[in-house]
Amino acid sequence: MSDTAPVTVVEPAAADAGAPAAATRGRSRGASPVLLGALGLIALVALFEILPRIGVLPAQFFPTSTEIGSALVDELGRSAFWTALLDTLQGWALGLAIAAVAGIVLGIVIGSSPLLRELTASTIEFLRPIPSVALIPLAVLLFGTSIESKLLLVVYAAFWQMLIQVLYGVQDVDPVAQDTARAYRFDFWARVRYVTWPTALPYVMTGLRLSAAVALILAVTAELVIGNPGVGNRLAVAQSSGAIATTYALVVVTGLVGVVVNLLFRFIERRALSWHPSQRGEVAL
Amino acid sequence: MRVLRRIGFAVGLPVVLFALWWVTSASSTDFYFPPLSRIVDSLVEEWFGPRLADDVLPSLLRLAAGFFIAAVVGITLGVLIGTYKRLRDLLEPVLEFFRAIPPPVVVPILMLIFGIEDTMKIVVIAFGCMWPILLNTAEGVRAVDSVLSDTARTYRIDGVARLRNLILPAASPQIFAGLRQGLSVAIILMVISELFAASDGLGFAIVQAQRSFAIPEMWAGMLMLGLLGFLLSLLFRIVESRWLAWYHGLRRAQRAS
Repeated sequence: MSDTAPVTVVEPAAADAGAPAAATRGRSRGASPVLLGALGLIALVALFEILPRIGVLPAQFFPTSTEIGSALVDELGRSAFWTALLDTLQGWALGLAIAAVAGIVLGIVIGSSPLLRELTASTIEFLRPIPSVALIPLAVLLFGTSIESKLLLVVYAAFWQMLIQVLYGVQDVDPVAQDTARAYRFDFWARVRYVTWPTALPYVMTGLRLSAAVALILAVTAELVIGNPGVGNRLAVAQSSGAIATTYALVVVTGLVGVVVNLLFRFIERRALSWHPSQRGEVAL
Repeated sequence: MRVLRRIGFAVGLPVVLFALWWVTSASSTDFYFPPLSRIVDSLVEEWFGPRLADDVLPSLLRLAAGFFIAAVVGITLGVLIGTYKRLRDLLEPVLEFFRAIPPPVVVPILMLIFGIEDTMKIVVIAFGCMWPILLNTAEGVRAVDSVLSDTARTYRIDGVARLRNLILPAASPQIFAGLRQGLSVAIILMVISELFAASDGLGFAIVQAQRSFAIPEMWAGMLMLGLLGFLLSLLFRIVESRWLAWYHGLRRAQRAS
Protein backbone atom coordinates (compact mmCIF):
# COMPACT_ATOMS: atom_id res chain seq x y z
CA MET A 1 0.00 0.00 0.00
CA SER A 2 2.76 2.37 0.86
CA ASP A 3 4.19 2.31 -2.65
CA THR A 4 1.11 4.10 -3.96
CA ALA A 5 1.43 6.86 -1.43
CA PRO A 6 3.70 9.26 -3.28
CA VAL A 7 1.65 9.25 -6.44
CA THR A 8 -1.62 9.84 -4.66
CA VAL A 9 -0.18 12.60 -2.61
CA VAL A 10 1.51 14.26 -5.55
CA GLU A 11 -1.86 14.87 -7.13
CA PRO A 12 -2.91 17.81 -4.94
CA ALA A 13 0.12 19.70 -6.14
CA ALA A 14 -1.11 19.08 -9.66
CA ALA A 15 -4.38 20.74 -8.82
CA ASP A 16 -2.60 23.86 -7.72
CA ALA A 17 -0.82 24.20 -11.03
CA GLY A 18 -0.91 27.97 -10.98
CA ALA A 19 0.65 28.77 -7.64
CA PRO A 20 4.16 27.24 -7.84
CA ALA A 21 4.43 28.20 -11.51
CA ALA A 22 4.50 31.83 -10.57
CA ALA A 23 7.06 31.18 -7.87
CA THR A 24 9.57 29.22 -9.93
CA ARG A 25 9.36 31.23 -13.09
CA GLY A 26 8.48 34.65 -11.87
CA ARG A 27 10.24 36.44 -14.72
CA SER A 28 7.11 37.04 -16.73
CA ARG A 29 7.67 39.19 -19.75
CA GLY A 30 4.82 40.97 -21.46
CA ALA A 31 1.26 40.11 -20.58
CA SER A 32 0.48 38.99 -17.04
CA PRO A 33 -1.01 35.53 -16.40
CA VAL A 34 -4.28 37.02 -15.21
CA LEU A 35 -4.67 38.98 -18.42
CA LEU A 36 -3.81 35.97 -20.56
CA GLY A 37 -6.25 33.82 -18.60
CA ALA A 38 -9.02 36.32 -19.14
CA LEU A 39 -8.09 36.39 -22.82
CA GLY A 40 -8.42 32.60 -22.97
CA LEU A 41 -11.91 32.72 -21.48
CA ILE A 42 -12.94 35.49 -23.87
CA ALA A 43 -11.58 33.46 -26.79
CA LEU A 44 -13.64 30.45 -25.68
CA VAL A 45 -16.81 32.52 -25.55
CA ALA A 46 -15.99 34.13 -28.92
CA LEU A 47 -15.35 30.74 -30.55
CA PHE A 48 -18.70 29.49 -29.33
CA GLU A 49 -20.28 32.59 -30.84
CA ILE A 50 -18.56 32.49 -34.22
CA LEU A 51 -18.18 28.79 -35.06
CA PRO A 52 -21.92 27.92 -35.00
CA ARG A 53 -22.71 31.14 -36.92
CA ILE A 54 -20.38 30.48 -39.82
CA GLY A 55 -21.43 26.85 -39.89
CA VAL A 56 -18.22 25.14 -38.79
CA LEU A 57 -20.18 23.62 -35.93
CA PRO A 58 -23.75 22.54 -36.78
CA ALA A 59 -26.01 25.24 -35.36
CA GLN A 60 -28.75 22.81 -34.37
CA PHE A 61 -26.46 21.19 -31.81
CA PHE A 62 -24.27 24.15 -30.87
CA PRO A 63 -26.15 27.24 -29.72
CA THR A 64 -24.13 30.46 -29.83
CA SER A 65 -22.70 32.04 -26.71
CA THR A 66 -25.37 34.72 -26.72
CA GLU A 67 -28.11 32.08 -26.86
CA ILE A 68 -26.55 30.14 -24.01
CA GLY A 69 -26.07 33.38 -22.10
CA SER A 70 -29.67 34.48 -22.47
CA ALA A 71 -30.87 30.98 -21.53
CA LEU A 72 -28.66 31.22 -18.46
CA VAL A 73 -30.13 34.59 -17.52
CA ASP A 74 -33.63 33.14 -17.99
CA GLU A 75 -32.75 30.26 -15.71
CA LEU A 76 -31.33 32.57 -13.06
CA GLY A 77 -34.66 34.40 -13.02
CA ARG A 78 -36.70 31.27 -12.29
CA SER A 79 -37.34 30.22 -8.71
CA ALA A 80 -37.49 26.55 -9.80
CA PHE A 81 -33.84 26.81 -10.82
CA TRP A 82 -32.78 28.08 -7.43
CA THR A 83 -34.77 25.34 -5.69
CA ALA A 84 -33.00 22.80 -7.87
CA LEU A 85 -29.60 24.32 -7.14
CA LEU A 86 -30.34 24.24 -3.41
CA ASP A 87 -31.41 20.59 -3.68
CA THR A 88 -28.16 19.72 -5.38
CA LEU A 89 -26.06 21.63 -2.86
CA GLN A 90 -27.98 20.10 0.04
CA GLY A 91 -27.33 16.55 -1.18
CA TRP A 92 -23.71 17.42 -1.85
CA ALA A 93 -23.07 19.04 1.54
CA LEU A 94 -24.89 16.39 3.56
CA GLY A 95 -23.20 13.53 1.73
CA LEU A 96 -19.79 15.15 2.01
CA ALA A 97 -20.27 15.78 5.73
CA ILE A 98 -21.28 12.18 6.42
CA ALA A 99 -18.41 10.82 4.32
CA ALA A 100 -15.89 13.18 5.90
CA VAL A 101 -16.84 12.36 9.49
CA ALA A 102 -16.98 8.62 8.81
CA GLY A 103 -13.70 8.73 6.87
CA ILE A 104 -11.87 10.71 9.56
CA VAL A 105 -13.14 8.62 12.49
CA LEU A 106 -12.56 5.26 10.83
CA GLY A 107 -9.27 6.44 9.35
CA ILE A 108 -7.90 7.45 12.75
CA VAL A 109 -9.17 4.28 14.46
CA ILE A 110 -7.86 1.93 11.78
CA GLY A 111 -4.70 3.91 11.19
CA SER A 112 -3.69 3.99 14.86
CA SER A 113 -3.61 0.23 15.15
CA PRO A 114 -1.19 -1.78 13.01
CA LEU A 115 -3.31 -4.89 13.57
CA LEU A 116 -6.51 -3.26 12.30
CA ARG A 117 -4.59 -1.78 9.40
CA GLU A 118 -3.32 -5.16 8.28
CA LEU A 119 -6.70 -6.79 8.75
CA THR A 120 -8.62 -4.24 6.72
CA ALA A 121 -6.08 -3.45 3.99
CA SER A 122 -7.23 -6.06 1.49
CA THR A 123 -10.90 -5.28 2.05
CA ILE A 124 -10.33 -1.56 1.57
CA GLU A 125 -8.28 -2.18 -1.56
CA PHE A 126 -11.10 -4.30 -2.91
CA LEU A 127 -14.00 -2.00 -2.05
CA ARG A 128 -12.35 1.26 -3.05
CA PRO A 129 -12.17 0.81 -6.82
CA ILE A 130 -15.80 -0.36 -7.04
CA PRO A 131 -17.43 2.43 -9.02
CA SER A 132 -20.18 4.03 -6.97
CA VAL A 133 -22.45 4.05 -10.01
CA ALA A 134 -22.71 0.29 -9.48
CA LEU A 135 -24.98 1.18 -6.58
CA ILE A 136 -27.46 3.08 -8.75
CA PRO A 137 -29.88 0.16 -9.28
CA LEU A 138 -29.92 -0.65 -5.59
CA ALA A 139 -30.38 3.01 -4.66
CA VAL A 140 -33.33 3.27 -7.03
CA LEU A 141 -35.00 0.15 -5.68
CA LEU A 142 -34.54 1.01 -2.05
CA PHE A 143 -35.11 4.75 -2.02
CA GLY A 144 -36.64 5.78 -5.34
CA THR A 145 -35.98 9.43 -6.06
CA SER A 146 -35.86 10.60 -2.46
CA ILE A 147 -32.67 12.20 -1.17
CA GLU A 148 -31.40 8.95 0.37
CA SER A 149 -30.62 7.45 -3.02
CA LYS A 150 -28.51 10.48 -3.90
CA LEU A 151 -26.81 10.36 -0.51
CA LEU A 152 -25.96 6.68 -0.89
CA LEU A 153 -23.99 7.39 -4.08
CA VAL A 154 -22.38 10.59 -2.80
CA VAL A 155 -21.32 9.08 0.51
CA TYR A 156 -19.93 5.91 -1.02
CA ALA A 157 -17.85 7.81 -3.56
CA ALA A 158 -16.56 10.48 -1.19
CA PHE A 159 -15.91 8.15 1.75
CA TRP A 160 -13.06 6.21 0.14
CA GLN A 161 -11.19 9.33 -0.95
CA MET A 162 -11.39 10.56 2.61
CA LEU A 163 -10.51 7.28 4.29
CA ILE A 164 -7.45 6.63 2.14
CA GLN A 165 -6.03 10.09 2.73
CA VAL A 166 -6.61 9.89 6.49
CA LEU A 167 -4.95 6.48 6.59
CA TYR A 168 -1.87 7.85 4.82
CA GLY A 169 -1.87 10.81 7.15
CA VAL A 170 -2.04 8.74 10.32
CA GLN A 171 0.76 6.48 9.07
CA ASP A 172 2.88 9.54 8.54
CA VAL A 173 3.03 10.30 12.29
CA ASP A 174 6.58 10.71 13.55
CA PRO A 175 7.33 7.69 15.79
CA VAL A 176 9.53 9.82 18.04
CA ALA A 177 6.69 12.28 18.64
CA GLN A 178 4.35 9.38 19.27
CA ASP A 179 6.73 7.79 21.79
CA THR A 180 7.37 11.11 23.48
CA ALA A 181 3.64 11.62 23.91
CA ARG A 182 3.38 8.12 25.36
CA ALA A 183 6.29 8.77 27.70
CA TYR A 184 4.45 11.81 29.03
CA ARG A 185 1.42 9.58 29.59
CA PHE A 186 -0.80 11.27 27.06
CA ASP A 187 -3.92 9.14 26.84
CA PHE A 188 -5.37 8.02 23.52
CA TRP A 189 -7.47 11.16 23.04
CA ALA A 190 -4.64 13.50 23.87
CA ARG A 191 -2.36 11.68 21.45
CA VAL A 192 -4.99 11.93 18.73
CA ARG A 193 -5.54 15.58 19.48
CA TYR A 194 -1.92 16.74 19.77
CA VAL A 195 0.09 14.26 17.70
CA THR A 196 -2.01 12.37 15.16
CA TRP A 197 -4.40 15.12 14.14
CA PRO A 198 -1.84 17.83 13.31
CA THR A 199 0.20 15.32 11.31
CA ALA A 200 -2.80 14.05 9.43
CA LEU A 201 -4.39 17.45 8.85
CA PRO A 202 -2.73 18.16 5.47
CA TYR A 203 -3.90 14.77 4.24
CA VAL A 204 -7.37 15.38 5.68
CA MET A 205 -7.54 18.65 3.79
CA THR A 206 -6.44 17.02 0.53
CA GLY A 207 -8.99 14.27 1.10
CA LEU A 208 -11.67 16.84 1.77
CA ARG A 209 -10.92 18.71 -1.42
CA LEU A 210 -10.91 15.57 -3.56
CA SER A 211 -14.06 14.29 -1.83
CA ALA A 212 -15.84 17.59 -2.38
CA ALA A 213 -15.24 17.38 -6.12
CA VAL A 214 -16.27 13.72 -6.33
CA ALA A 215 -19.34 14.33 -4.18
CA LEU A 216 -20.51 17.06 -6.53
CA ILE A 217 -20.07 14.82 -9.55
CA LEU A 218 -22.05 12.03 -7.93
CA ALA A 219 -24.78 14.37 -6.67
CA VAL A 220 -25.38 15.70 -10.18
CA THR A 221 -25.06 12.24 -11.69
CA ALA A 222 -27.65 10.82 -9.33
CA GLU A 223 -30.06 13.58 -10.27
CA LEU A 224 -29.39 13.04 -13.94
CA VAL A 225 -29.77 9.27 -13.92
CA ILE A 226 -32.09 8.50 -11.02
CA GLY A 227 -34.12 11.69 -11.29
CA ASN A 228 -33.72 13.16 -7.80
CA PRO A 229 -34.77 16.80 -7.81
CA GLY A 230 -31.80 19.06 -8.57
CA VAL A 231 -29.78 20.70 -11.32
CA GLY A 232 -28.97 17.35 -12.93
CA ASN A 233 -32.61 16.45 -13.23
CA ARG A 234 -33.43 19.90 -14.60
CA LEU A 235 -30.75 19.38 -17.22
CA ALA A 236 -32.22 16.02 -18.24
CA VAL A 237 -35.66 17.60 -18.57
CA ALA A 238 -34.28 20.49 -20.64
CA GLN A 239 -32.51 18.08 -22.95
CA SER A 240 -35.49 15.80 -23.49
CA SER A 241 -37.76 18.77 -24.18
CA GLY A 242 -35.36 20.04 -26.84
CA ALA A 243 -34.29 23.23 -25.03
CA ILE A 244 -30.70 22.94 -26.17
CA ALA A 245 -29.52 26.39 -25.13
CA THR A 246 -30.90 25.77 -21.64
CA THR A 247 -29.14 22.39 -21.52
CA TYR A 248 -25.85 24.10 -22.32
CA ALA A 249 -26.59 26.82 -19.80
CA LEU A 250 -27.12 24.23 -17.07
CA VAL A 251 -23.88 22.47 -18.00
CA VAL A 252 -22.18 25.85 -17.57
CA VAL A 253 -23.88 26.19 -14.17
CA THR A 254 -22.56 22.80 -13.00
CA GLY A 255 -19.10 23.79 -14.19
CA LEU A 256 -19.26 27.08 -12.30
CA VAL A 257 -20.47 25.33 -9.15
CA GLY A 258 -17.55 22.94 -9.53
CA VAL A 259 -15.08 25.82 -9.86
CA VAL A 260 -16.53 27.54 -6.79
CA VAL A 261 -16.31 24.30 -4.78
CA ASN A 262 -12.67 23.86 -5.81
CA LEU A 263 -11.75 27.42 -4.93
CA LEU A 264 -13.61 27.23 -1.64
CA PHE A 265 -11.81 24.11 -0.52
CA ARG A 266 -8.43 25.39 -1.63
CA PHE A 267 -9.13 28.48 0.45
CA ILE A 268 -10.15 26.39 3.49
CA GLU A 269 -7.04 24.27 3.02
CA ARG A 270 -4.81 27.31 2.98
CA ARG A 271 -6.46 28.75 6.08
CA ALA A 272 -6.39 25.49 8.05
CA LEU A 273 -2.78 24.77 7.14
CA SER A 274 -1.31 28.26 7.30
CA TRP A 275 1.16 26.93 9.89
CA HIS A 276 2.27 24.02 7.73
CA PRO A 277 5.51 24.11 5.65
CA SER A 278 3.67 23.00 2.51
CA GLN A 279 1.72 26.26 2.54
CA ARG A 280 4.74 28.47 3.08
CA GLY A 281 5.95 28.35 -0.50
CA GLU A 282 7.96 25.18 -0.27
CA VAL A 283 6.83 22.40 -2.58
CA ALA A 284 5.93 19.50 -0.30
CA LEU A 285 6.57 16.54 -2.56
CA MET B 1 5.17 -18.74 8.63
CA ARG B 2 5.32 -15.06 7.86
CA VAL B 3 3.87 -15.63 4.44
CA LEU B 4 1.01 -17.61 5.96
CA ARG B 5 0.39 -14.80 8.41
CA ARG B 6 0.23 -12.25 5.64
CA ILE B 7 -2.11 -14.37 3.58
CA GLY B 8 -4.26 -14.89 6.65
CA PHE B 9 -4.49 -11.15 7.19
CA ALA B 10 -5.28 -10.51 3.54
CA VAL B 11 -8.04 -13.10 3.22
CA GLY B 12 -9.32 -13.07 6.82
CA LEU B 13 -11.72 -10.17 6.81
CA PRO B 14 -13.09 -10.71 3.29
CA VAL B 15 -13.82 -14.35 4.13
CA VAL B 16 -15.56 -13.38 7.36
CA LEU B 17 -17.64 -10.72 5.61
CA PHE B 18 -18.57 -13.05 2.79
CA ALA B 19 -19.52 -15.80 5.21
CA LEU B 20 -21.56 -13.34 7.25
CA TRP B 21 -23.43 -12.21 4.16
CA TRP B 22 -23.96 -15.81 3.11
CA VAL B 23 -25.34 -16.91 6.48
CA THR B 24 -27.51 -13.89 7.24
CA SER B 25 -29.05 -13.88 3.79
CA ALA B 26 -29.42 -17.66 3.47
CA SER B 27 -33.03 -17.77 4.58
CA SER B 28 -33.82 -14.24 3.45
CA THR B 29 -37.29 -13.75 2.07
CA ASP B 30 -36.76 -10.03 1.57
CA PHE B 31 -37.40 -9.36 -2.08
CA TYR B 32 -34.61 -6.80 -2.39
CA PHE B 33 -32.00 -8.80 -0.51
CA PRO B 34 -32.03 -12.31 -1.97
CA PRO B 35 -29.82 -15.08 -0.54
CA LEU B 36 -26.21 -14.72 -1.61
CA SER B 37 -26.27 -18.24 -3.00
CA ARG B 38 -28.79 -17.16 -5.64
CA ILE B 39 -26.75 -14.09 -6.49
CA VAL B 40 -23.65 -16.20 -6.96
CA ASP B 41 -25.60 -18.67 -9.09
CA SER B 42 -26.73 -15.88 -11.34
CA LEU B 43 -23.21 -14.42 -11.42
CA VAL B 44 -21.76 -17.68 -12.61
CA GLU B 45 -24.55 -18.64 -15.01
CA GLU B 46 -25.37 -15.28 -16.53
CA TRP B 47 -22.36 -13.06 -16.18
CA PHE B 48 -19.66 -15.58 -16.75
CA GLY B 49 -21.89 -17.25 -19.33
CA PRO B 50 -23.54 -15.63 -22.33
CA ARG B 51 -23.43 -12.10 -20.98
CA LEU B 52 -19.66 -12.03 -20.84
CA ALA B 53 -19.47 -11.74 -24.61
CA ASP B 54 -22.79 -9.93 -25.09
CA ASP B 55 -22.54 -7.23 -22.48
CA VAL B 56 -19.24 -7.15 -20.65
CA LEU B 57 -17.04 -7.26 -23.72
CA PRO B 58 -18.70 -4.38 -25.60
CA SER B 59 -18.47 -2.26 -22.46
CA LEU B 60 -14.80 -3.05 -22.03
CA LEU B 61 -14.02 -2.32 -25.67
CA ARG B 62 -15.68 1.08 -25.45
CA LEU B 63 -13.85 1.73 -22.20
CA ALA B 64 -10.53 0.83 -23.82
CA ALA B 65 -11.20 2.98 -26.88
CA GLY B 66 -12.27 6.01 -24.86
CA PHE B 67 -9.43 5.69 -22.40
CA PHE B 68 -6.87 5.29 -25.17
CA ILE B 69 -8.10 8.38 -27.02
CA ALA B 70 -8.12 10.37 -23.79
CA ALA B 71 -4.59 9.22 -22.97
CA VAL B 72 -3.21 10.21 -26.38
CA VAL B 73 -4.98 13.56 -26.54
CA GLY B 74 -4.46 14.33 -22.85
CA ILE B 75 -0.75 13.57 -22.82
CA THR B 76 -0.11 15.42 -26.09
CA LEU B 77 -1.95 18.54 -25.00
CA GLY B 78 -0.54 18.22 -21.51
CA VAL B 79 3.04 18.21 -22.81
CA LEU B 80 2.32 21.28 -24.95
CA ILE B 81 0.63 23.15 -22.14
CA GLY B 82 3.29 22.16 -19.65
CA THR B 83 6.10 23.26 -21.94
CA TYR B 84 4.86 26.69 -22.95
CA LYS B 85 4.16 29.04 -20.09
CA ARG B 86 2.21 31.49 -22.23
CA LEU B 87 -0.09 28.75 -23.44
CA ARG B 88 -0.56 27.60 -19.87
CA ASP B 89 -1.49 31.07 -18.68
CA LEU B 90 -3.86 31.48 -21.58
CA LEU B 91 -5.68 28.18 -21.10
CA GLU B 92 -5.59 27.67 -17.36
CA PRO B 93 -8.96 29.22 -16.44
CA VAL B 94 -10.60 27.49 -19.40
CA LEU B 95 -9.17 24.13 -18.37
CA GLU B 96 -10.16 24.69 -14.75
CA PHE B 97 -13.69 25.29 -15.91
CA PHE B 98 -13.86 22.22 -18.14
CA ARG B 99 -12.36 20.07 -15.44
CA ALA B 100 -14.96 21.26 -12.95
CA ILE B 101 -17.88 20.18 -15.13
CA PRO B 102 -19.13 16.85 -13.77
CA PRO B 103 -18.49 14.62 -16.82
CA PRO B 104 -21.88 12.85 -16.79
CA VAL B 105 -23.71 16.12 -17.55
CA VAL B 106 -22.21 16.24 -21.01
CA VAL B 107 -23.88 12.92 -21.86
CA PRO B 108 -27.23 14.54 -22.77
CA ILE B 109 -25.45 17.00 -25.09
CA LEU B 110 -23.17 14.42 -26.71
CA MET B 111 -26.24 12.24 -27.18
CA LEU B 112 -27.76 14.98 -29.34
CA ILE B 113 -24.63 15.32 -31.42
CA PHE B 114 -23.46 11.76 -31.82
CA GLY B 115 -26.68 9.81 -31.45
CA ILE B 116 -26.83 6.86 -29.10
CA GLU B 117 -24.38 4.54 -30.81
CA ASP B 118 -20.91 3.46 -29.73
CA THR B 119 -19.38 6.74 -30.96
CA MET B 120 -21.29 8.71 -28.35
CA LYS B 121 -20.22 6.41 -25.54
CA ILE B 122 -16.59 6.45 -26.57
CA VAL B 123 -16.62 10.24 -26.86
CA VAL B 124 -18.24 10.54 -23.43
CA ILE B 125 -15.58 8.33 -21.86
CA ALA B 126 -12.77 10.12 -23.68
CA PHE B 127 -14.08 13.58 -22.81
CA GLY B 128 -14.51 12.79 -19.14
CA CYS B 129 -11.22 11.10 -18.41
CA MET B 130 -9.12 13.42 -20.55
CA TRP B 131 -8.99 16.26 -17.99
CA PRO B 132 -7.21 14.53 -15.13
CA ILE B 133 -4.69 13.10 -17.63
CA LEU B 134 -4.13 16.45 -19.30
CA LEU B 135 -3.78 18.47 -16.11
CA ASN B 136 -1.48 15.99 -14.40
CA THR B 137 0.71 15.70 -17.49
CA ALA B 138 0.97 19.47 -17.77
CA GLU B 139 1.93 19.70 -14.11
CA GLY B 140 4.48 16.90 -14.43
CA VAL B 141 6.08 18.49 -17.49
CA ARG B 142 6.16 21.88 -15.84
CA ALA B 143 7.88 20.49 -12.77
CA VAL B 144 10.73 18.76 -14.64
CA ASP B 145 13.87 19.23 -12.59
CA SER B 146 15.47 22.45 -13.82
CA VAL B 147 19.04 21.15 -13.46
CA LEU B 148 18.22 18.16 -15.67
CA SER B 149 16.45 20.39 -18.11
CA ASP B 150 19.35 22.85 -18.32
CA THR B 151 21.87 20.01 -18.62
CA ALA B 152 19.94 18.56 -21.52
CA ARG B 153 19.89 21.96 -23.13
CA THR B 154 23.63 22.36 -22.66
CA TYR B 155 24.19 19.08 -24.45
CA ARG B 156 21.89 20.29 -27.21
CA ILE B 157 19.40 17.52 -26.60
CA ASP B 158 16.22 18.83 -28.09
CA GLY B 159 13.24 17.92 -30.20
CA VAL B 160 12.15 14.31 -30.08
CA ALA B 161 15.19 13.17 -28.09
CA ARG B 162 14.44 15.72 -25.39
CA LEU B 163 10.83 14.60 -25.26
CA ARG B 164 11.70 10.91 -25.15
CA ASN B 165 14.66 11.00 -22.83
CA LEU B 166 13.88 13.87 -20.53
CA ILE B 167 10.33 15.18 -20.48
CA LEU B 168 8.21 12.05 -20.69
CA PRO B 169 10.25 10.00 -18.20
CA ALA B 170 10.46 12.90 -15.76
CA ALA B 171 6.75 13.52 -15.98
CA SER B 172 5.72 9.86 -16.00
CA PRO B 173 4.91 9.54 -12.27
CA GLN B 174 2.48 12.42 -12.65
CA ILE B 175 1.18 11.10 -15.95
CA PHE B 176 0.43 7.79 -14.27
CA ALA B 177 -1.33 9.56 -11.43
CA GLY B 178 -3.49 11.25 -14.06
CA LEU B 179 -4.09 8.02 -15.94
CA ARG B 180 -5.18 6.32 -12.75
CA GLN B 181 -7.69 9.06 -11.92
CA GLY B 182 -8.78 8.97 -15.54
CA LEU B 183 -9.38 5.24 -15.38
CA SER B 184 -11.77 5.46 -12.45
CA VAL B 185 -13.65 8.27 -14.18
CA ALA B 186 -13.73 6.18 -17.35
CA ILE B 187 -15.36 3.24 -15.57
CA ILE B 188 -18.03 5.52 -14.13
CA LEU B 189 -18.71 7.01 -17.56
CA MET B 190 -18.78 3.60 -19.20
CA VAL B 191 -21.71 2.73 -16.96
CA ILE B 192 -23.42 6.12 -17.14
CA SER B 193 -23.29 6.28 -20.93
CA GLU B 194 -25.08 2.94 -21.08
CA LEU B 195 -27.79 3.99 -18.67
CA PHE B 196 -29.24 6.56 -21.04
CA ALA B 197 -29.56 4.65 -24.23
CA ALA B 198 -28.01 1.36 -25.17
CA SER B 199 -28.75 -2.07 -26.49
CA ASP B 200 -25.87 -3.85 -24.79
CA GLY B 201 -23.33 -3.29 -22.08
CA LEU B 202 -22.83 -3.87 -18.40
CA GLY B 203 -24.66 -0.75 -17.23
CA PHE B 204 -27.51 -1.43 -19.61
CA ALA B 205 -27.89 -5.03 -18.43
CA ILE B 206 -27.87 -4.09 -14.75
CA VAL B 207 -30.53 -1.44 -15.18
CA GLN B 208 -32.54 -3.80 -17.35
CA ALA B 209 -32.42 -6.36 -14.55
CA GLN B 210 -33.44 -3.74 -12.02
CA ARG B 211 -36.37 -2.52 -14.13
CA SER B 212 -37.68 -6.03 -14.66
CA PHE B 213 -37.21 -6.76 -10.95
CA ALA B 214 -34.75 -9.56 -11.62
CA ILE B 215 -33.13 -8.79 -8.31
CA PRO B 216 -30.54 -11.60 -8.05
CA GLU B 217 -29.30 -10.71 -11.55
CA MET B 218 -29.10 -7.07 -10.57
CA TRP B 219 -27.00 -7.91 -7.53
CA ALA B 220 -24.85 -10.21 -9.64
CA GLY B 221 -24.34 -7.39 -12.14
CA MET B 222 -23.32 -5.04 -9.36
CA LEU B 223 -20.83 -7.62 -8.09
CA MET B 224 -19.54 -8.05 -11.63
CA LEU B 225 -19.05 -4.32 -11.97
CA GLY B 226 -17.25 -4.20 -8.65
CA LEU B 227 -15.05 -7.09 -9.66
CA LEU B 228 -14.26 -5.35 -12.94
CA GLY B 229 -13.36 -2.12 -11.18
CA PHE B 230 -11.09 -4.03 -8.83
CA LEU B 231 -9.40 -6.04 -11.60
CA LEU B 232 -8.83 -2.99 -13.77
CA SER B 233 -7.24 -1.08 -10.93
CA LEU B 234 -5.10 -4.12 -10.11
CA LEU B 235 -4.00 -4.39 -13.74
CA PHE B 236 -3.23 -0.71 -13.80
CA ARG B 237 -1.18 -1.01 -10.64
CA ILE B 238 0.87 -3.85 -12.11
CA VAL B 239 1.59 -1.86 -15.26
CA GLU B 240 2.42 1.19 -13.20
CA SER B 241 4.79 -0.60 -10.84
CA ARG B 242 6.60 -2.11 -13.83
CA TRP B 243 6.87 1.14 -15.68
CA LEU B 244 7.72 3.25 -12.68
CA ALA B 245 9.95 0.69 -10.95
CA TRP B 246 12.88 3.09 -11.25
CA TYR B 247 10.89 5.88 -9.67
CA HIS B 248 9.65 3.89 -6.69
CA GLY B 249 13.17 2.56 -6.19
CA LEU B 250 14.53 6.09 -6.27
CA ARG B 251 12.00 7.28 -3.73
CA ARG B 252 12.69 4.38 -1.41
CA ALA B 253 16.39 5.16 -1.58
CA GLN B 254 15.73 8.83 -0.89
CA ARG B 255 13.55 8.00 2.06
CA ALA B 256 16.04 5.57 3.53
CA SER B 257 18.85 8.08 3.44
